[in-house]
Amino acid sequence: MGPAMAYHQDIGGTRHRFADLKDLLAKASPARSGDHLAGVAAESAEQRVAARLALADLPLATFLTEAVVPYESDDVTRLIIDTHDAAAFRRIAPLTVGGFRDWLLSDEADTETLRALAPGVTPEMAAAVSKLMRNQDLIAVARKIRVVTAFRTTIGLPGRLAIRVQPNHPYDDAKGIAASMLDGMLYGCGDAVVGINPASDNIPTTMRLLDMLDEFRVRHDIPMQSCILAHVTNTLEAIRRGAPVDLAFQSIAGTQAANESFGITLDLLAEAHAATLALKRGTVGDNVMYFETGQGSALSADAHHGVDQQTVECRAYAVARPFKPLLVNTVVGFIGPEYLYDGKQILRAGLEDHFCGKLLGLPMGVDVCHTNHAEADQDDMDNLLTLLGVAGVNFVMGVPGADDIMLNYQSTSYHDALYVRSVLGLRPAPEFEEWLIRMSILDGAGRVRPALAGSGASALLGHAEAARHD
Amino acid sequence: MTDGTEDKPDGAVAADPGGNPWSALRRHTAARIALGRSGDGLPTRHLLDFQLAHARARDAVHLAFEPEAIAAALPGHVCVTVRSRARDRAAYLQYPDLGRKLDPEDLPLLRRGEHDVVFVLADGLSARAVHDHAAALLTATLGLLPDWRVAPVVLARQARVALGDDIAMTLGAAAVVMLIGERPGLSAADSLGAYLTFRPRPNLQNADRNCVSNIRPDGLAIPLAARKLAFLLTEARRLKLSGVGLKDDFPAELLEPAAVALEATRRD
Repeated sequence: MGPAMAYHQDIGGTRHRFADLKDLLAKASPARSGDHLAGVAAESAEQRVAARLALADLPLATFLTEAVVPYESDDVTRLIIDTHDAAAFRRIAPLTVGGFRDWLLSDEADTETLRALAPGVTPEMAAAVSKLMRNQDLIAVARKIRVVTAFRTTIGLPGRLAIRVQPNHPYDDAKGIAASMLDGMLYGCGDAVVGINPASDNIPTTMRLLDMLDEFRVRHDIPMQSCILAHVTNTLEAIRRGAPVDLAFQSIAGTQAANESFGITLDLLAEAHAATLALKRGTVGDNVMYFETGQGSALSADAHHGVDQQTVECRAYAVARPFKPLLVNTVVGFIGPEYLYDGKQILRAGLEDHFCGKLLGLPMGVDVCHTNHAEADQDDMDNLLTLLGVAGVNFVMGVPGADDIMLNYQSTSYHDALYVRSVLGLRPAPEFEEWLIRMSILDGAGRVRPALAGSGASALLGHAEAARHD
Repeated sequence: MTDGTEDKPDGAVAADPGGNPWSALRRHTAARIALGRSGDGLPTRHLLDFQLAHARARDAVHLAFEPEAIAAALPGHVCVTVRSRARDRAAYLQYPDLGRKLDPEDLPLLRRGEHDVVFVLADGLSARAVHDHAAALLTATLGLLPDWRVAPVVLARQARVALGDDIAMTLGAAAVVMLIGERPGLSAADSLGAYLTFRPRPNLQNADRNCVSNIRPDGLAIPLAARKLAFLLTEARRLKLSGVGLKDDFPAELLEPAAVALEATRRD
């Protein structure tokens, strides 16, 4: 790593100065409250564009010699640099950041080329080019990228959109969770994962819920994977005690210090990956990790090192990449208005995260969501959901009525899933689609119109009654 | 009959598929399930139900704090009104640190004295919660603490939990209880949180406080919350600490399971 360089841009006799690479990136970032909170945002609209002009002329190779978080003190930086694929990078090595944007939009950058490029792109390169891209650029390029992963369903295929069923309950009641889960399945959702955020993050709860979901899957012969979104150490212990773990979950962030605040290390993630893989429970694939991220998490842990929140977020994708995850979900509006103030900022962040993750080769989904103290409502969620559908997002959330009664925030609903699949002609994952047809949940035209009498769907409905309290 | 919610010929949909096996799922959870469909969309009734809940939550976040009304509900108490450094709601929401520090102009309003505890009633993220429940909770709690030297009641505007530390240090109070409006959810916009801190000092973490959350008539009822708070205060004074070292041994069977509101404890 070389010494930190200062940058400048002259506009009409004014010299705009940027102390170093992270300052240049932060000043070039579209406005958002979290960067103001951190004191790294551009101080004027002109300064923001000046930073973008300077960034556009910066050679991409700069990111291989100048780190935004020191190599010596941060294992995420070491991971990024040590695993960088120089051969894959060669195609874009002569380009500037601005030239990279032009190339990404060009016909030459097709699906196959972008797939081969991914290991040569660092998170900071992805973040940098995204800062020069309008929303339509983020959509147009992401749409060209395909990241396909599989476990019991195949996710990310063209023309498909998977949905996570998120049947949370304030005190992890088995019947309550089962009722919300069945509701989602009857709306054709659940092909990404049935994933429960447990109210009580302890091992017995995790094991009880895993058993319940696995019994349900086996009884109804459903091509699905389940996940309890407990801390990875709890999942590891559940595996040791013989629980039926399909996927290991963990929230991750883009600096070593932020990951430490989550109680994780890269080694711990590797251990969880190996232990889950060893269970060999997948049928059509062996992607066994589920990661969640979100802009602002490093700042909220006071572990952002003065780096803007979108660049740190991209570094979290570098943490995910070695573990070949089935699902990476950016929970974009959950963190609150001190990081993303309103619908406009949430929308922009959602498109950035999706694009940058895909460019880095990750199977991106987005939790299109907001809290009640953000300046956002369901119209903003509709906008982002629709744009992400156009951009080719791998999966989104399905929460009953968009109202998560455990986590107290608003996400997308099962109905929203029906809407976006319908208006964009997107279908469920193929294995799950076949099951939905078999259960008479999809009709002959591929619409969700469940037949409740004397069918597989009616058998499903009986399941909530059977769910045990124990 | 298919799912009881199929489209009628005119495009209208039965808003309540009462009696069918799908709607029977509703008795298992408060989640918004078995809502039916209008085509692929949400039936009008449920669309507007959601909007009403969201509107109430939004209104609670932005409702102006009315310390005069709270003071009027506390006859016999001296009340002092202070502000944080957050000038308005937008600043409060974007810069949480401003809500954790007292406006320097208001420092002279707080007189140092021999106080065992100070109660701060603060708007937080829901002024409605404070307007509706704080005076009643304070009165009920004080009734259980007859021998305590209680400082004048402080009413705080644009406040975060840690503002109570600043207030208590200025007053010289040994403990502070912050009764503050929690982030409104769709199911409840009037939920009050109570944060107890013994020996308040700068830069405390959540782990240094004890929290009683989801205080409202349909959550943790006020008489129970008062008993729990009095129990915690008494224990804090005996052990001279608060936070993770002060185990909450208040009999769990007296509390409803739904009274667990994890988010409120984590996010302020």
